[in-house]
Amino acid sequence: MQRSNLYILIYTIVLTVVCGVVLAVTKQLLAPAQKMQIELDRKKNILLTFMELKESDDPLKIYSSRVKEYVINFEGEKVEGNAGDINVEKQSKKPKKERLLPVYEISSINDSSKTEFYVIQTWGKGLWDVISSFVSVRSDGNTINGVVFNHKAETPGLGARIKDDPNVYKRYKGKTIFEGDQLVSVEMKKGEGKDYSDKPHEIDGMSGATLTGKGVNAMLLEYTECYQKFLLKRREMYKMAAH
Amino acid sequence: MSTDVLDLKEEKKSEALFSKKNRQLLSNPLDSDNPVTVQILGICSALAVTVQMKPAIYMAFGLTFVTAFSNLFISMIRNSIPSRIRIIVQLAVVSLWVILVDELLRAYAFDVSKQLSVFVGLIITNCIVMGRLEAYAMANKPWPSFLDGVGNGLGYSAILLILATVRELFGQGSIMKGTPLEVHPFEAMNLPFTGNGVLMMPAGACILIGLLIWAQRARNGYREEA
Repeated sequence: MQRSNLYILIYTIVLTVVCGVVLAVTKQLLAPAQKMQIELDRKKNILLTFMELKESDDPLKIYSSRVKEYVINFEGEKVEGNAGDINVEKQSKKPKKERLLPVYEISSINDSSKTEFYVIQTWGKGLWDVISSFVSVRSDGNTINGVVFNHKAETPGLGARIKDDPNVYKRYKGKTIFEGDQLVSVEMKKGEGKDYSDKPHEIDGMSGATLTGKGVNAMLLEYTECYQKFLLKRREMYKMAAH
Repeated sequence: MSTDVLDLKEEKKSEALFSKKNRQLLSNPLDSDNPVTVQILGICSALAVTVQMKPAIYMAFGLTFVTAFSNLFISMIRNSIPSRIRIIVQLAVVSLWVILVDELLRAYAFDVSKQLSVFVGLIITNCIVMGRLEAYAMANKPWPSFLDGVGNGLGYSAILLILATVRELFGQGSIMKGTPLEVHPFEAMNLPFTGNGVLMMPAGACILIGLLIWAQRARNGYREEA
């Protein structure tokens, strides 16, 4: 049936308005729930860098009792701001020296005045899309305790193993970022199945996902550089306390 | 799969809404009129989301939901849609449903939403949805259209699950990884296992779909029309 142009015009407008209103209302109604989910996800990821979460655990409760958030600059000095509000993606586009960097300080479970880990946040590019991670560094400012990766579109079963395969991300545990006072970061090598247990800055690669591995290496190097001064200061503090 | 179809038929015999014709709307897409293997629609997402079973299952649910409700809605307003802009109207309705699904997942099933990421959005461009709207919902009443949507969604789901099972099992040696039902058959039987790399890639899925189409056509005696 052929309709008049006016009919088509009105039809289009009505359709657009109806769809628009439905979507806008939904978005408004769901916004608080969505924000909570994102927040919960971030906090869970931070916790997962240094502990296992059981079904029965309440991540929010553990988080509020053990995690102290703050923001630092490239010099490793604390600055004004809320770590949760820092958009790491936006910050990653600035020159390293101008970035604001979130730090999550984890207190010891037995003694809340003692710091056990510092969790830093990274952002980079994988093979297909962005990747990111939370890295927990022990109080010596040097030894990696655990890493939680996230990715948007790495190949399932290959590059996506950085997030899904504990055998991959657990390889970072115990590796060190500095050699003396020199920053070297930790590098994932090409190929899989070799033993790197005596190499403090290298880990076994992921077969079939060399490019994702390269992205991860670049990201970790970039961000250990950003956090370098902060971590070096923690090392000093740690050494002083040890003496 | 054939037993599933039988169950459906028996269960719904008592309801008048499910006449023989309507039941066929549900059952035909599972085999003789399958959207993927017979109509050759929705291939791209069948390659993309079938590396593991978990995302495949979510995608199957998502697509069935969207196809069913888009079909229903378009069929309800089919007489008012000006034919010159019908495609864009269909697209608007499909997008509306997809975005609603996406937003709901983000609010209440964040992990799932993270895993599906771009694929939910891609339902909008899934040929099955548009194909069914154009081929069926524009010319039929709401209820049969709804059933047609559900049927085609299920047909797509069946193919997705077959592909995902084979790919996950031989590519990674597991079944239902990332769910409470996760099993590792090779490990459990103490068999040596090396993942098949081709199956992990879309090319492997393409070959599998080809084999499926071949098997199905051989069984059903399909002949290409000249």
